Amino acid sequence: MAEREQIKKQAPTKSDEVVEPVPATSESGEKIKGELDDLLDEIDEVLETNAEEFVKSYVQKGGE
Amino acid sequence: MAIPKVLGVETEYGIMMRGGESNPIAASSVLINAYIQELARSGTASSAPRTGWDFEDEHPGNDARGYSIERQFPPEVETHLVNAVLTNGARYYVDHAHPELSTPECADPRSIVVFDRAAERILQRSMLAAAALLPDGQDIVVYKNNSDRKGNSYGTHENYLVDRAVPFAQIVAQVMPHFITRQIYTGAGKVGTEAPGLTSADVPYQITQRADFFEEEVGLETTLKRPIVNTRDEPHADHQKYRRLHVIVGDANLSEVATFLKVGTTAVVLCMIEDDWLSRDLLPARPVQTLRHVSYDLTLRRPFELVDGTAITALEAQWELYRQARLYAQERGLACIGGEEVGEEVLRRWEAALTGLESDLSSLVTTVDWVAKQRVLNGYRERHDLSWDDPRLAAMDLQYHDLRPEKSLAARVGLERMVSEAEVEAAVLHPPVDTRAYFRGRCLQRWPESVVAANWDSLVFDIGGDPLRRVPMMEPLRGTQAHVGSLIDSCDSAAELLQKLEQ
Repeated sequence: MAEREQIKKQAPTKSDEVVEPVPATSESGEKIKGELDDLLDEIDEVLETNAEEFVKSYVQKGGE
Repeated sequence: MAIPKVLGVETEYGIMMRGGESNPIAASSVLINAYIQELARSGTASSAPRTGWDFEDEHPGNDARGYSIERQFPPEVETHLVNAVLTNGARYYVDHAHPELSTPECADPRSIVVFDRAAERILQRSMLAAAALLPDGQDIVVYKNNSDRKGNSYGTHENYLVDRAVPFAQIVAQVMPHFITRQIYTGAGKVGTEAPGLTSADVPYQITQRADFFEEEVGLETTLKRPIVNTRDEPHADHQKYRRLHVIVGDANLSEVATFLKVGTTAVVLCMIEDDWLSRDLLPARPVQTLRHVSYDLTLRRPFELVDGTAITALEAQWELYRQARLYAQERGLACIGGEEVGEEVLRRWEAALTGLESDLSSLVTTVDWVAKQRVLNGYRERHDLSWDDPRLAAMDLQYHDLRPEKSLAARVGLERMVSEAEVEAAVLHPPVDTRAYFRGRCLQRWPESVVAANWDSLVFDIGGDPLRRVPMMEPLRGTQAHVGSLIDSCDSAAELLQKLEQ
């Protein structure tokens, strides 16, 4: 697929070294995980209490 | 030469009446009336809209392919329904069974972000105003999404001013690849699927809200057999010079960056089409299937076939369009989408989105809605060991779009802000200064009692005695602050304004 390779080369991606994912054990990895945990705690608090009933009752007419 | 891309976004919001009889048309009317009454009550009297919509210019049956089926599509003159023109130049009304807000005409994609956010504020204030009017235990909740998860969809439409000299068939062939592949950064994400014959086992999560609902490549319909390219030919401007490309294929975005990219990249692509710049034909061999294929492919790695027989991924197609846009910007500039600064920001954010999609999805959790939503869904799923068909995940999907700040998940996931709250606040009441919306909004602020009707391309004045006077606004970029700001400021009455306009 020469065409596809060509597209990739011409696309000015930043650099190849950013492709490597940040190791999960790094400080920033721990921080990100902690942030997600806090967010999930908050979601537990605000999520509609009866999810099944809520989803069922969310009925719209088509529009446009 | 590409013409300036005057832009607009119309959003139909999902609506729920809680604690009372659930009639969505009545609820939408209550919601909008409550907002208008609240404006009057709070003393922003000059901002209280009493101007009706003028249907003179509505021709939804005109088809861009050159014919009209007016009889099948009468203009929707729903005079009993609320239909207000706001002082920021927007239209706020009941459409079918939804509250709908159309932004004023904007001159660049950043301005769209400001007025799309202002629309959210208006809906939020409407909810509060309605709650104050309704009996205890009842309230109205508004969702900025596009599906009820049961096969009913409602739209977020974009509008772009394009040059009528460009053959419509060329627009169709060249914009369709963008509509199909831009989904990878414009998608708002959806748990499961509403496509006939498919289940959550086939599609546990997908990139867009809307791809399930499209059945045609090109057509006039918007409510059934929805087409990827809509042919409604209602320019709301000089018919000889302009088209308004009415785009129905997109999702409502909660991310400001996603709204900016959705409108910004599409505006650039349309400029390139007008200037016959695009050299490579990226049209998929099977557009309708490919729209879903892209929405369902969370790996972003699965190619699809083009008309020319080659295969490509959505990401590769977007890189190709981006590369063309870069060269176009170098050669022709980006005045057509509002200037070099905003144009450069579109290109910069476009590149960042594609780079993230290619190599590091986690870099997009604050800018791309489907990625932000997927992150919390995956986290919640793992924490509670849930399968994808668990109703709690469907509830989270809906609640991502809940516009109540205390319930919205989108408000909690750390989405990046591009515009300031002060700008958004100003845009709730004041029009953009750089389109004809300025003339509309300012006249409504100054002389609400004299403007008896308004629509996109005219204002109708009643200055007493004489017959009603219609002021046409057939040029979307005239009537700006630069053109008429000091004139409006210098007049004490609408009669004086009309007199001076005729000189």
